[in-house]
Amino acid sequence: MSDRPQGYSLASAPVPARSHDAAEPVSPSSLPVRISARNINFYYGKYHAIKDISLDISQNRVTAFIGPSGCGKSTLLRIFNRMYDLYPGQRVEGEVLLDGTNILTLKSLGPLRAKIGMVFQKPTPFPMSIYENIAFGVRLYEKLSRADMDNRVQDTLTKAGLWDEVKDKLNQSGLGLSGGQQQRLCIARALAVSPEVLLLDEPCSALDPISTAKIEELLFELKKNWTVVIVTHNMQQAARASDFTAFLLSGKLIEYSATSKLFTTPSDSRTEAYITGRFG
Amino acid sequence: MIVSVYVRRRCVDVTSKILMGLATLIGVFFLFWILWTTLKFGMAGMHWDLFIKDTPPPGSDAFGLRNAFVGSLILLAVSLLIGVPIGLMGGTWLAEYGFKSRAANAVRFINDIMLSAPSIEIGLFVYAIMVAPMGHFSALSGSVALAILMVPIIVRTTDEMLSLVGSDMREAAVALGAPTWVVITRVTWRAARAGIVTGILIGLARITGETAPLLFTVLNNQFFSRDLFHAMANVPVVIYQFALSPYTNWQQMAWAAAFITIIFVLALSLIARWFLGKVQVPK
Repeated sequence: MSDRPQGYSLASAPVPARSHDAAEPVSPSSLPVRISARNINFYYGKYHAIKDISLDISQNRVTAFIGPSGCGKSTLLRIFNRMYDLYPGQRVEGEVLLDGTNILTLKSLGPLRAKIGMVFQKPTPFPMSIYENIAFGVRLYEKLSRADMDNRVQDTLTKAGLWDEVKDKLNQSGLGLSGGQQQRLCIARALAVSPEVLLLDEPCSALDPISTAKIEELLFELKKNWTVVIVTHNMQQAARASDFTAFLLSGKLIEYSATSKLFTTPSDSRTEAYITGRFG
Repeated sequence: MIVSVYVRRRCVDVTSKILMGLATLIGVFFLFWILWTTLKFGMAGMHWDLFIKDTPPPGSDAFGLRNAFVGSLILLAVSLLIGVPIGLMGGTWLAEYGFKSRAANAVRFINDIMLSAPSIEIGLFVYAIMVAPMGHFSALSGSVALAILMVPIIVRTTDEMLSLVGSDMREAAVALGAPTWVVITRVTWRAARAGIVTGILIGLARITGETAPLLFTVLNNQFFSRDLFHAMANVPVVIYQFALSPYTNWQQMAWAAAFITIIFVLALSLIARWFLGKVQVPK
């Protein structure tokens, strides 16, 4: 994971005045960079949803995107695994570097999506057993023996904190689980293909507070091995669970810094207005 | 003021309930009347020989419909073999690739016209493209005609059932890196399978009693035949010919065959309903 070429170690560059040099993304820390987005512009047809955003995502940290509805935070997240490719009329400009490769020009998306897993707002277990839900993704990339697959299923369900709850009903439908369990199943399913980055698009918005707390705990575990990017509506969640926070407004990156700084001493008045609840 | 609004709503409510009840009663009444009539007249022709002997020649008192039953089952099976893959692929294309594009909407429009196309026209069409060039009637051409009638139903239900599967589930599979064909065959088809099977059963029920297209294509055969390339006995045409015949035993057999066909269609519809009850629409 750490052997990526260091040819553009922007991460160590100082934060201030970055925005003048648009080719160099804003970086909140001196940690190794996992994903580097440069001059991203995104369009839904004619609608300009993301306006010239550049930022670095730090490795093995949780980065949160916050902002009011429609600010472009989910759109930005969905660029990182090229989800927009599904829909004609959606178009992106700029560069997103992962391991030194611009993922926006990749022709074959399978390997990219194996590297960058995603969990969605609504839990989306496939209409198959819990076991098969996990095995589905694994089989796309690996041919495992039954025993190896069993191990992988147990391993990932354990990492997602779900093993103890489902170990006796692996052959039952994933649709029979509670919402929170379904969401952890989806996280396990994403982890099973051994991604390096995990994108979470408002993963707790459909969940009750206890399930939410479990997923947030999970985030602390996950960042030991994974780089996590989470979109959230919930500012407390961003404050609790993330290391860095990016605040977006109307498709622009307003402020991006360590979560503790952004929530205590924001440098932009709009950030302050948003986090103190004056709009959004 | 408020009271008058309440009274008015109450009146509308009661009136519509009565009208709906009446409509249901009328529908159910005719269904049972049809069932009762076919049962009453069919019972006289009910005989084990129906299932083990072939249709008797004119003048014989014997009973037998074996060749017609077997012929109809072959026709339906071959229609399914032809119609299901085409209907399934068509519906899948509409829901998974066509979406709301102009091409997809054009296909949906034409498909809706085909849904209500008079079956006798389909019979004439197949007569022109298959029977006339081949020079003789054949079971295969009958199956093609029935398949043409069934395809629009399967296309429509497959399209609708796949559209019910949320884009979330598709995106989740895509996000794992699954290619489109894996997403369709392993995830969305599976999510919609109860609805798709229902569509196929409804299509099957629809073509079971079709007679007009068979008159131009399979015709009939007095003898037992499994040859797809020649005329074959089949229940609807036997009913048509026997009911018009002057022989009492033939008329009784026509009623019995009609009753058995109705029961078969009824069973298919019930199975379809049962399947539809299993449709899980992921929320």
